Amino acid sequence: MQYSTIDELLKVAEKNNISISEVVIQVEVEESELPREEVVAKMKESLVVMRDAIEKGRNSRIKSSGGLVGEEALKMAEYSKDKPERLFMAAITDALAVAEVNAGMGKIVAGPTAGASGIVPAVVVSVGEKLNLSDLDMVKGLFTAAGLGDVVSHTATLAGAAGGCQAECGVGSAMAAGAAVELMGGSPEMAVNAFALALKNLLGLVCDPVAGLVEVPCVKRNGFAASHALTAALMALSGIKSVIPPDEVILAMTDVGSQMPSTLRETAKGGLAITPTGREIKNKLENKE
Amino acid sequence: MSIFEVMGPIMIGPSSSHTAGAAKLGRMARLLFADKIEKVVVNLHGSFANTAGGHGTDRAVIGGLLGFLPDDERIRTSFKIAEEEGMDFEFKEVNLRDVHPNTLMLELYAGEKNLSITGSSIGGGRIVITKINQNDVNLTGRMPTLWILHRDRPGEVGKITSTLGYHSINIAFMQVYRNKKGDIGSCIIELDQVPDSDVITSLEKMENVLQVRYLPSL
Repeated sequence: MQYSTIDELLKVAEKNNISISEVVIQVEVEESELPREEVVAKMKESLVVMRDAIEKGRNSRIKSSGGLVGEEALKMAEYSKDKPERLFMAAITDALAVAEVNAGMGKIVAGPTAGASGIVPAVVVSVGEKLNLSDLDMVKGLFTAAGLGDVVSHTATLAGAAGGCQAECGVGSAMAAGAAVELMGGSPEMAVNAFALALKNLLGLVCDPVAGLVEVPCVKRNGFAASHALTAALMALSGIKSVIPPDEVILAMTDVGSQMPSTLRETAKGGLAITPTGREIKNKLENKE
Repeated sequence: MSIFEVMGPIMIGPSSSHTAGAAKLGRMARLLFADKIEKVVVNLHGSFANTAGGHGTDRAVIGGLLGFLPDDERIRTSFKIAEEEGMDFEFKEVNLRDVHPNTLMLELYAGEKNLSITGSSIGGGRIVITKINQNDVNLTGRMPTLWILHRDRPGEVGKITSTLGYHSINIAFMQVYRNKKGDIGSCIIELDQVPDSDVITSLEKMENVLQVRYLPSL
């Protein structure tokens, strides 16, 4: 069993009548030569780290390195307290929580990257909790996300410095969308469509961090990208398909990334980073150091 | 490549290259030095120098030098821990020539002994050590690695590799260096298997072997 494109991943799942997560687990077991229990336990460990980060970000004020972020999740959690519990609210809050913990030198799972580490945990945990799914189900969701991201890492890039933020938050959102579909009972075909829909809509997203820090716009973008993943998942579950197939969307992402000027690829030399406020923050932080 | 490289690693934020990679470089230097570090000068180059504070690169390097892995939360308070353990440290900005933007040079001291290590964080938390003292090397820490210093004599490298073969340890990559003919040779051997302490002891017992350092894969 093997796959190197999203199409192959889908075909293997359909041919064997299994979920995408099952394909990803089986291939990882084959390639790592580790027992299945060990591979699953390793991902379970990631789920624990993700949950801890969500908990921490939701309940405490984080001191980030640059001091530009730190209480977004707290605000959202406070705001949603006396409101009916809604999936989107939970996902946005969880994503902000993890991204803030990352900005504050806390422990996270860098999937697909540290800067985009809030999206997958937020979507998987909020959907899992909303639907009362087991930990094992959520772990499976993480395998689905990982398998989709793995294809991107082989055929394109996951680095903001190479492809802009579309390669980080864009891919993170697409991975999370696929996972959400599987967790919500959708078919493998729906999952890869959700992946394509989410990535397509974030093509061209630039990486222009203020003062070069993983804070602005990164933390709030994780919140947006989580709700974006859910939007894509719901569209796919309704039967909406991406006209452009997933593997071609990945190619388009590479194409867009290579046409993106270097000022918008994690150099902090364009976009938000060079706005008057962006520059002022940078100067202030440099003088402090 | 394992899917855990996409959904992972578990690490202390905020940046895989500037935080996790920096911690790995520090830890690698500690393993190469092996003795208790009394003082270290951290020379930061390029992007490492520009954004060290904001990315926690400084605390991550010191954490690594204290032996912490990239997911160890003690990295956040590594300055204080270094102080408690009596490891002096100092940061400098330098301009090294023809190197990756995320590069640092560590000067380690203990009594009379010193060692200089240069390495880069090349993305996604992956690292490469490019210099040990004045010697160019290429050390990634992705496989179990041995660094051996020996007298530069005919057949010495052969004896070392035979010893590994005798213990059923396969060599994946190997680099040999020396400063001057007949002086001290240095070899870096990346292995497919993890050598146990018997292997290390039998290498150390060899007549012309001066030093053996083992670096587990990161």
